[in-house]
Amino acid sequence: MITLLYLLAAVLFILGLRGLGSPRTARRGNQLAAVGMFVAVIVTVADIYDEPRVAWGVVIAGLVVGGAAGAWLALKVQMTAMPQLVAAFNGFGGGASALVAAMEVVRDPSIFTTEIAVVVVLSLLVGTITFSGSFVAYAKLQGLISGRPVALPGGPWFNAAVGAATVAVGVWAVVSGDALAYWVLTALAFVLGVTGVIPIGGADMPVVISLLNSLSGVAAAMAGFVIGNQALIIGGALVGAAGLILTVQMSEAMNRSLANVLFSGFGGGTSGTEMSEQPVNRATPEDVAISLAYAERVMVVPGYGLAVAQAQHAVRDLANALEERGVTVEYAIHPVAGRMPGHMNVLLAEADVPYDQLLDLDHANPRFPMTDVALVVGANDVVNPSARDDPNSPIYGMPILEVDKARTVVVIKRSLSPGFAGIDNPLFYLDKTMMLFSDAKAGLENILAALEAL
Amino acid sequence: MSDLFIQGIVVFVLAAFVGFEVISKVPPTLHTPLMSGANAISGITIVGAVTAAALDKGNAAVVLGFLAVAFATINVVGGFLVTDRMLEMFKKKPGGGK
Repeated sequence: MITLLYLLAAVLFILGLRGLGSPRTARRGNQLAAVGMFVAVIVTVADIYDEPRVAWGVVIAGLVVGGAAGAWLALKVQMTAMPQLVAAFNGFGGGASALVAAMEVVRDPSIFTTEIAVVVVLSLLVGTITFSGSFVAYAKLQGLISGRPVALPGGPWFNAAVGAATVAVGVWAVVSGDALAYWVLTALAFVLGVTGVIPIGGADMPVVISLLNSLSGVAAAMAGFVIGNQALIIGGALVGAAGLILTVQMSEAMNRSLANVLFSGFGGGTSGTEMSEQPVNRATPEDVAISLAYAERVMVVPGYGLAVAQAQHAVRDLANALEERGVTVEYAIHPVAGRMPGHMNVLLAEADVPYDQLLDLDHANPRFPMTDVALVVGANDVVNPSARDDPNSPIYGMPILEVDKARTVVVIKRSLSPGFAGIDNPLFYLDKTMMLFSDAKAGLENILAALEAL
Repeated sequence: MSDLFIQGIVVFVLAAFVGFEVISKVPPTLHTPLMSGANAISGITIVGAVTAAALDKGNAAVVLGFLAVAFATINVVGGFLVTDRMLEMFKKKPGGGK
């Protein structure tokens, strides 16, 4: 009976995930999955209810504290802080799975069968990496530590060495059944999570976040093997697979392999690309307002700068004003714009931009030749033409939004500093490009004010 | 290997394939909610945490058990709530634009 109820929960998870795949059914899907989770928890509590000496105090305290903290975070956080929140939740999930395995080790690792020892090792390993890796990602996204790639001593060899040591200790744990081996393993996994994520730059965060998401599922599934619970195995496997799909899609959007993202420390400052000294067309908000006012089609291209400046409402206000003047406004969203998959979509949705105005790469690019003004707000590498034209460019081959095909390009950017990849952007020096040096939000507001004064 | 463990492997592999099939074609607009909803589902580890915390004895188990349940609950409650909050935003677009 218990197993059947867990099956019900698993079915609700599957239906929920399927619902999340389409805009019309997404909210219902999420609710179905939540109901599934509720069923699973109730079933578990009912299952242990008759056991002697149940530590209810611990369970209830954990549920209350965790529930309150989770709800508070979920309801309080700004939409612009969503990437780090997702990273943090991920970390907690991975940590919980590792703790479940750790409790088995505390009990008595010498009685483990070989297969149980293997899955205990795996859930400690994957869970702990997810935990520490997610919180490093959190710290980077929250600005607590530098978002730039940090070079490790020895580069990728450092992690290779730690990884090899981890595998060796894992084997030691399985063979010896010694609790100490498990704790050393956990410590190494913790280090690996930190040193695995710290060299990775902010622009690669969409890949990292979705990979950590996938790992948190794998950790849960491994914990399911440890305690012999199929609900965990199913739920974990579903999430592991879903996260892996997103990870691969994000890597493809940058034309790089997952291994390259994880181990290259891209844009680590070692590339000595020279910044060109060419002149740029500096524009005032008034200049930009005039060219927007007389445009027929405007394409907004948002990037991470929009999120940093919390300029999603400002861009929407400007778009409204333009639409009142009869200008058609659309948005071109690069798959890796921002710091997590779909980051720009969430921000623009918060500002009430209808999602049918958001165009993906394949739909946006054919429209740039018909676009009068491409308004680039806080994006850089995803609109860099050298990814298309310069075989020597480190980002050569990455699909870009071809804003340089628009009649006029307006770039709102704080300074000429290179983007995340540390490469110069020829777009800024084109004759048709107007550079408005400003914070994204202030820049958009000034343009709007100038537009209304016309 | 025990039968239970082999059964677990079968379930794991099949569930992974279901996961691939169900999500393979999701529009970019939904990438964040999908990720955060999936993230909440990975909090299913709450089931293991509750079981272990309730039945285990000893001081270490109390601390680890409490942390395990609390972490998993943050993941579950926070994950589902924040996903719902995002999806609510996607919905409200009363005649906005065209």
